[in-house]
Amino acid sequence: MNKKLERILPLVQKPARYTGGEYNQIIKDKDAVDIRLAFCFPDTYEIGMSNLGMSILYHTMNSLDYVWCERVFAPWGDMYEQMKEHAIPLYALESGDALSEFDAIAFSIGYEMAYTTVLDMLDMAGLPLRTAERGELLPLVFAGGSAAVNAEPMAPFIDLFLIGEGEEMNNELLALLRQAKLEKWSKHDFLVKAAQIEGVYVPSLYEISYNADGTVCAITPRDGAPEKVRKRIITDLDSAPYPTKPVVPSTEVVHDRVCLELFRGCVRGCRFCQAGHIYRPIRSKKPETLVKQGIETLKNTGYEELTLLSLSTSDYRPLSELCDGLLDYCEPKSISLSLPSLRADNFSMEIMERLQKVRKSGLTFAVEGGSQRLRDAINKNVTEEDVLNTCSLAFSGGWNNVKLYYMLGLPTETDEDIVGIAQMADDVLHAWRVNAKNKNRGVKITISTSCFIPKPHSPFQWESEISIEEYLRRVNLLRSSITAKNVTYNWHDAQTSLIEAVLSRGDRKVADAIEKVFRDGGRLDSWTDYFSFDRWMKAFEECGIDVDFYAARERSTDEILPWDMIDVGVRKQHLIHEREMCYKNTLSPDCRKQCSGCGALKLMKGGRCDG
Amino acid sequence: MDKLRLRFKKTGRAIYISHLDLMHTMQRGFSRAGYELRYSEGFNPHPLISILLPLSVGASSVCELMDFRLKRDCDLTALPAELTAVLPEGLEIIEAYEPQRKSAELKWLQVEGVFEYDERPADKMAELLKEFYSGKEIVISKRTKRGMGESNIAEAIRSIDFTQDGNDVKISAVISAQEPTLNPELLAEALRQLLPEAAPDFAKFTRIETFDANMEIYR
Repeated sequence: MNKKLERILPLVQKPARYTGGEYNQIIKDKDAVDIRLAFCFPDTYEIGMSNLGMSILYHTMNSLDYVWCERVFAPWGDMYEQMKEHAIPLYALESGDALSEFDAIAFSIGYEMAYTTVLDMLDMAGLPLRTAERGELLPLVFAGGSAAVNAEPMAPFIDLFLIGEGEEMNNELLALLRQAKLEKWSKHDFLVKAAQIEGVYVPSLYEISYNADGTVCAITPRDGAPEKVRKRIITDLDSAPYPTKPVVPSTEVVHDRVCLELFRGCVRGCRFCQAGHIYRPIRSKKPETLVKQGIETLKNTGYEELTLLSLSTSDYRPLSELCDGLLDYCEPKSISLSLPSLRADNFSMEIMERLQKVRKSGLTFAVEGGSQRLRDAINKNVTEEDVLNTCSLAFSGGWNNVKLYYMLGLPTETDEDIVGIAQMADDVLHAWRVNAKNKNRGVKITISTSCFIPKPHSPFQWESEISIEEYLRRVNLLRSSITAKNVTYNWHDAQTSLIEAVLSRGDRKVADAIEKVFRDGGRLDSWTDYFSFDRWMKAFEECGIDVDFYAARERSTDEILPWDMIDVGVRKQHLIHEREMCYKNTLSPDCRKQCSGCGALKLMKGGRCDG
Repeated sequence: MDKLRLRFKKTGRAIYISHLDLMHTMQRGFSRAGYELRYSEGFNPHPLISILLPLSVGASSVCELMDFRLKRDCDLTALPAELTAVLPEGLEIIEAYEPQRKSAELKWLQVEGVFEYDERPADKMAELLKEFYSGKEIVISKRTKRGMGESNIAEAIRSIDFTQDGNDVKISAVISAQEPTLNPELLAEALRQLLPEAAPDFAKFTRIETFDANMEIYR
């Protein structure tokens, strides 16, 4: 081990997250590969090692014999200070080598608040932040992840973005990069070629012009780059690579368990939900594939817990069959099976009973809106009756802890809707009184609210976000409406939401402010320990970024949006229609009742959408 | 087979795995190798494994001992290689056996250490250290569960020797493993408190061997 590192590791908290050496890590001979890739997750080890996408791509990229992909995470503050003080550059966990020795630096960006950490990691790697300042082909800096569906705020920093699912696309890019490296292409020649790979977005090949009011006037591709970059998907998930030998952390991480992905996409189409739209079309794995992969992974990792992952677990058709198959293996071995993302409308108590034989943890439901009218408007197809029935079942089954999640600031929300949240909490409490088996244990009902943030590629992408003051007014209204003492109310702060709102629908002009925040010491902004609202507001002001223009302004549907060069499959016309239905307080049937022809099917190339 | 014992090494990158994480890592290792650990009974069952002398984060060891129980009998000669094959880098099982001695009989630990000096002559330092550690009373203040306390670490040192090695000073010592427990890190800490001019710029330790009260090798 590096001598400098050996001296600082005893001084930092949880040093095991900075050493690598975990079971199942992939070690290759660095002289025997053509491409050394540093796969960076712009957050801590504990968060990054919990990310299934990172684990999948680590294995698919390492499946190429000429590539060695290694993991890199952002150090926590104490380690960061030590690394700065002792001039230790950012290094990859497997080899311990500095990022300056790598041919490519890749980022998985899942959320906007990670942007400053991306810049920080580039800086810690000793690289200039801007793509224009990095003239050489190597190291190539690229990024993917769900935040890439609006890549514009990070466009000046990243050489190219990969839009959509990376299992195949990443390797196509790496094959081209290898050729470019061996044949010594210029960076420009490489980028022009790379832009021909479906799913690759090279920002520098798109000229953006603006109107006097700051909106986008035109997006002009050049050098043959496609007008629309179409999202890549994996058509057949059953044959898609799944890592059954994932790296097993030697220290505790957030999701320390086997994670099985049931399906991608969502049949529901909640109008506020970006994930429900950008991950379409719906593709599921067969239960037999999942059982096989689950058992194999449990054997290879020694984990004592397995969880099912998807946007809406109870919408997985063969859920019961899958649980049977997994429980046959898990039960005798005391391996627990957990099911997140259940819906209140098709919740199966039978499944829950079987899963939670020992401990009855809390149940959480995302209700989102306080009245039926509002839930219809946002297309959250859950009725009050669903919620009350499910809670009644849960209470009679011995549960006594229920969490209900809502958003404040959704389009068309009125004060009546907000008071409705408190009313529903009272009704849930009543359901407990009527159904609880053992009232002596008491009950805990928790209401949580967050501030709605309009996201690109969702039907609400044109909507305005309410101001912080208005959010707090609504919070206070709800607070004063909740009277029962068994009901706890937590609200998410609106400051982060405002910054996130600016970044999520930002254009390239916002990049200056992101850099400013980073230069001013911003990193790990998704952590309240480090987030500074004032630092962001100061940077916006100094860079001439009008926060209201990005967060509060309602867009016209004929405005060119900064992310319009990205085609996630769902047609804009579908989004407009869904938005209109919102203002008519009308539900759209879910994909299984009736296909809405959203447009994502065209990505399947002949395959079938499981909607 | 009732209680079983493992002797193993914890070196290299594995020295940063904390005690609690190590228990978890071992537990998963057993599972990967196909051995089923026995669990405690009761409301919150936990696997029956215990490490005899928890090792500080950052310290190496070639003589760690861990007791465990299995659901079924197994071939103890095959276990070390099978388990090592599925453990993180730096963890190596030396042997598995049925222990004949209680953990309380473990009394002394042989440790080796390296004191690094960046700008001071190591030969001079070795002299200072020898003199300092020849004292009968080396009282340092240390944090305990009840706040700050004082401790005479000389009582916990059976023997100690220092030799120069390039820019470093090598330490070889036999220290008390239990009652009292002496964390070898305190050998450097004592200097920081009482003889700063000989305090190393960096210190690291390795546990070499375990002994009983009569200085017989303890297994």
